[in-house]
Amino acid sequence: MAHEHGPGEEHEAGPRHELSHWAKRAYAMRALLIEKGVVTEEDIRQQAELTESRTPANGARLVALAWTEPEFKARLVADPKKVCAEMGIDATTLNEFVILENTDRVRHMVVCTLCSCYPRPILGRPPDWYKSFNYRKRAVNDPRGVMREFGLELPDEVEVRVHDSTADMRYLVIPARPAGTEDLSVEELEKLVTRDSMIGVMDALPAVPE
Amino acid sequence: MNGEEGFRDGEAVRVKSHFKAGHVRTPFYIKGKTGWVERCYGEFRNPESLGHGGDGLPRVRLYLVGFRQKDVWDGYDAASQDKVFVDIFEHWLEPAAQAGP
Repeated sequence: MAHEHGPGEEHEAGPRHELSHWAKRAYAMRALLIEKGVVTEEDIRQQAELTESRTPANGARLVALAWTEPEFKARLVADPKKVCAEMGIDATTLNEFVILENTDRVRHMVVCTLCSCYPRPILGRPPDWYKSFNYRKRAVNDPRGVMREFGLELPDEVEVRVHDSTADMRYLVIPARPAGTEDLSVEELEKLVTRDSMIGVMDALPAVPE
Repeated sequence: MNGEEGFRDGEAVRVKSHFKAGHVRTPFYIKGKTGWVERCYGEFRNPESLGHGGDGLPRVRLYLVGFRQKDVWDGYDAASQDKVFVDIFEHWLEPAAQAGP
């Protein structure tokens, strides 16, 4: 069955669907960039693969190690990019990288009210809700309400610190280690560290009883 | 104080209320608000130049600036200790009288 291709879309494999105005514009720009020799099809493919290959598993490993090894946590907080490099996590595209640790008394939550700044090498692509106007607006002026919608009711005495990552710094939250996880291995702990807990809107998952 | 030395940790600062056209990384909601310098992150290329094809030079100091939520939003729980931290470039800050955290 015949279908319409958007401009510059000829090399894309997969099913076609009707393109929005903005998608058509993006494909037109892509076609122009290739035509003018600014980038190649191969450059775009490699970048897309890199984007897809980065997942929150990198962040979860950092958090699980920080939970289990105080010395590792101290080094991670002091120089996160160096620790990433040692672990084979490519964080070189991050300008600067800051670790925020949740405690019993202080909770951190990350947003970018201006766009969607996010520690992509560590957490992969941001979730759609992170980029939504709703989250970007309410994370700063009603953080407790936002957390409540994620299922987290915070007592008044816990201080909430929202970090608006408006410039060159990217933030990663170390959630509190769940109770009853003393005997778990690093690999088991990693499974409890969700993406959303590293953005700070939720706790890490509770330990599953044997 | 602002100047060669930059702002000190803990120093009270107010975000300038200027309107500036083009690519600006100072969010609207924090303009005119008073907080404190939590720490200086060092010097970075200026996004107001980078965003328009410039080289971002000279580099400008970037600060982590803390604000009490109740000082930022009308109607935020007045008893709350909650805070919002924003990364702000030095030329958007001016000294303020109010005490720090």
